[in-house]
Amino acid sequence: MNRYPVWLNFLVLAILASGILIALPNIYGSAPAIQIAKSDGGEFGDERVERVVEILERNNIQSESIYIQDGRVVVRFRSDNDQTEAVELLRRRFSSDSNVAPTKAAKTPPWVRAMGLNPMSLGLDLRGGVYVLLEVDMESAMTSRLEAYEQDFADRFREARIRSRVAAEANQVNARFQSTEDATAARSLIREADPDVLILDGMDERSLRIRMTEAQIKARQDFAIEQNITTLRNRVDQLGVAEPLVQRQGVNRIVVQLPGVQDPNELDKILTATATLEFRLVDTAGDSPGSRLYSGRDGIVGQRLKREVIASGDQIINAESGFSEGQPAVFITLDSAGGENMLETTKMNLRKPMSTVFIETRRDSIVLPDGTTSYRTVKTEEIINTATIQGIFKDRFRTTGLTPVEARDLALLLRAGALAAPVFKIDDRTIGPSLGQANIERGFQAVQIGFLAVIVFMAIYYRWFGMIANLALFSNLVFIVALLSLLQASLTLPGIAGIVLTVGMAVDANVLIFERIREEIVAGNTIQKSIDSGYGKAFSSIADANITTLIAAVVLFAFGTGPIKGFAVTLSLGIVTSMFTAIIGTRSVVNLVFGGRRLNSLPI
Amino acid sequence: MRLIKDKTNIDFLSRTRRNIAVGLSVIIVVVSSLSLGTRGLNFGIDFTGGILLEVHYPQTADLTAIRQNLTVSGFDKYVVQEFGTSEDVLVRLPPQPGQETQVIRDQLLAVLADVDSTVELRRFSNVSAQVGEELTEQGGLAMIFALLMIFGYVMFRFQWKFAMGAVAALAHDVIVTIGFFSVTGISFDLSVVAAVLAVIGYSLNDTVVAFDRIRENFSKLRGADPEEAMNISINEMLARTIITGVTTLIVLSALLVLGGESVRPFSIALIVGIIVGTYSSIYTASATALMLHVTPQDLMPPEADSELIDDLP
Repeated sequence: MNRYPVWLNFLVLAILASGILIALPNIYGSAPAIQIAKSDGGEFGDERVERVVEILERNNIQSESIYIQDGRVVVRFRSDNDQTEAVELLRRRFSSDSNVAPTKAAKTPPWVRAMGLNPMSLGLDLRGGVYVLLEVDMESAMTSRLEAYEQDFADRFREARIRSRVAAEANQVNARFQSTEDATAARSLIREADPDVLILDGMDERSLRIRMTEAQIKARQDFAIEQNITTLRNRVDQLGVAEPLVQRQGVNRIVVQLPGVQDPNELDKILTATATLEFRLVDTAGDSPGSRLYSGRDGIVGQRLKREVIASGDQIINAESGFSEGQPAVFITLDSAGGENMLETTKMNLRKPMSTVFIETRRDSIVLPDGTTSYRTVKTEEIINTATIQGIFKDRFRTTGLTPVEARDLALLLRAGALAAPVFKIDDRTIGPSLGQANIERGFQAVQIGFLAVIVFMAIYYRWFGMIANLALFSNLVFIVALLSLLQASLTLPGIAGIVLTVGMAVDANVLIFERIREEIVAGNTIQKSIDSGYGKAFSSIADANITTLIAAVVLFAFGTGPIKGFAVTLSLGIVTSMFTAIIGTRSVVNLVFGGRRLNSLPI
Repeated sequence: MRLIKDKTNIDFLSRTRRNIAVGLSVIIVVVSSLSLGTRGLNFGIDFTGGILLEVHYPQTADLTAIRQNLTVSGFDKYVVQEFGTSEDVLVRLPPQPGQETQVIRDQLLAVLADVDSTVELRRFSNVSAQVGEELTEQGGLAMIFALLMIFGYVMFRFQWKFAMGAVAALAHDVIVTIGFFSVTGISFDLSVVAAVLAVIGYSLNDTVVAFDRIRENFSKLRGADPEEAMNISINEMLARTIITGVTTLIVLSALLVLGGESVRPFSIALIVGIIVGTYSSIYTASATALMLHVTPQDLMPPEADSELIDDLP
């Protein structure tokens, strides 16, 4: 009685061994490091490592180890000073093709790295950094789409020689024609342009209202979010942050997490900035349909500009800031479509003036009479320069009229791509690195002391069986750490609290079993029978108890955000692993030590 | 070693003790509810929105000077307090709509550096009121949802009278724990919601284990009346209830003492919740089930329709 088959014992051992192996990278600690990633997302080879070694040696900067991980060069240092010096040096050297970011790297030995094993990733509250929750202004995303429809329809009507007045408003495009026949003809033109859009009757028979379908609205929203995420990722990469997280949350929000960023000021400007450029011809005769008056920036004359955009920010594939004739300038490279258009326009409009429009969106708040605040999106469009087209050019040119700082930021923004819709910060948190360090130290200390106290208590209370339970408790910790490392779920301070709570609660299963065994012995059963029925009868209680706690943890995970999720994750993992260690794990040891023997008493 | 005798025979559920317990629970719940209704909770910025800044000074911070500087700089409705140690300071401001985050942060840091230029920024949060409102709603929903799911599970595993007992015990625990935060005015932040949900899990764990034993004894001790069978079950589980409570409280005390200021509300919520939860799984849960006249038959697997057939003419 009470013997496990050999294979089961080996299975338990094998699971424990793999748990220990996967959890292993966590014991080495971490050191200041630099991560060099290829800007285009490609992978670096050994040749880049050699160059880094050479550069560091020539500048007398000591590095501890240099290696390639996931196609990125990682350089580990002994001191923060070495790291800071090296970041500046390598940024200057590799600015053309790489993003150089300071980070922390685990001091795992090569053979552990070779197995692809990584330590747990730490949440922002444990390593410091910036957390920003952005809301995407969906109204603007819709308006810009409707404006695009407006221009498209107006062009088509004009080509078909239908006279019309087309205007986008809140959630639809209104079109008014001279006759019912025109309206009917326009209907089919609209269908041609977009087969899905809803065409509704207008106020009378000569007008139409065009609306987007639910599916189109949703697609547009998804596009705006996805596009914004891509742009934000690019911007973050440009800033040089290692392991950034840019992720959609819910319908219209984006979470940005930047570990290790210590000066959030630069980030604030870059992240939510919407600055972009547009190039338009000046409507010198004042008769171009749809032309509009634009005001100029300080000292620049306002102009009436044509409706057609020659090129806009989203067609810019590269931008560098610099100086041209002593003035700050942005040097721009357009994509092929933009370049084609620019070539065409400059060819046709030699000696005519063209303006560069600087566009920026921001959100203003208005305090209403009842004390609540309401927000309103304000779009500023101003001409930063107007120049006569002196020659034909295509995809490369420059523009001036900005301050040096504006030129630098604008170049970065144009390189990273424009946001499809403006974004606004609604939650913004910075955690200093020293607080992160303090949090992690306190957290681990609490785990250690709590763990130790429980171990001592169990050993005194249940003697040898207590020691077996302690073994299970320790394995449980190993498994939680292993699973967190494997899932690469971020460990947060509430996550550590979850582990602490698990340590306290995980012994419950063993307490249930041991108390039951004691009861069975007191009731006069044989020792072996008592062990067996102790485990057997306690099982349903353990299962019920754990499932109900798991329900609470799952609800927590489903409803919770950020830090709460971290707590729910460690708590659920702890519950599941404790079921294994406390029931099967301890049983296997109990069977090995006490099973199949004639015993008169148990050290319980 | 034994903390509890092998066979205890405490009459937990005698009519007088039950009445005292029910009376006590009712009083605590009423006090908690009254406090929640009148004083409310000292919500953290997770819920209210607003600005929070934690800084560290190399020596004891001069709170009076900080307050004066803030007033001079045009801030109002601020809260300045020590955070854990006398070197750490927490500054809270209500939401400042329309103000750029970086402008406020720089202004605040300048004010704090005026007092002592070696000030170090530990943490800065700017939460919009909108996010706070959503969180409050989500937190409430989460609790209701958890209670419903648990009610369903206990009903499935036991029976509705027990489910009522379990949920009554849980509601009791939640109200008393949150009431404790209302009475003491300890900051109620997001981590407390997590702690309260963990308390729900823990207290339920306790209740379910007791119910499990009650069910076992109902079938073993045929003939014993429900009160007696329940009392025996609670006595049998007493050692386990206390030991698990003790180990959990040990680690939570470690967290409370060593975990630092930011996990303090979380640890307090769990400690209060676990003490209340242990009490409630003995009294509230069982007493509710007894009040609903739970009988052994309620838990018996329905026997095949033999009786029905016999009764047929």
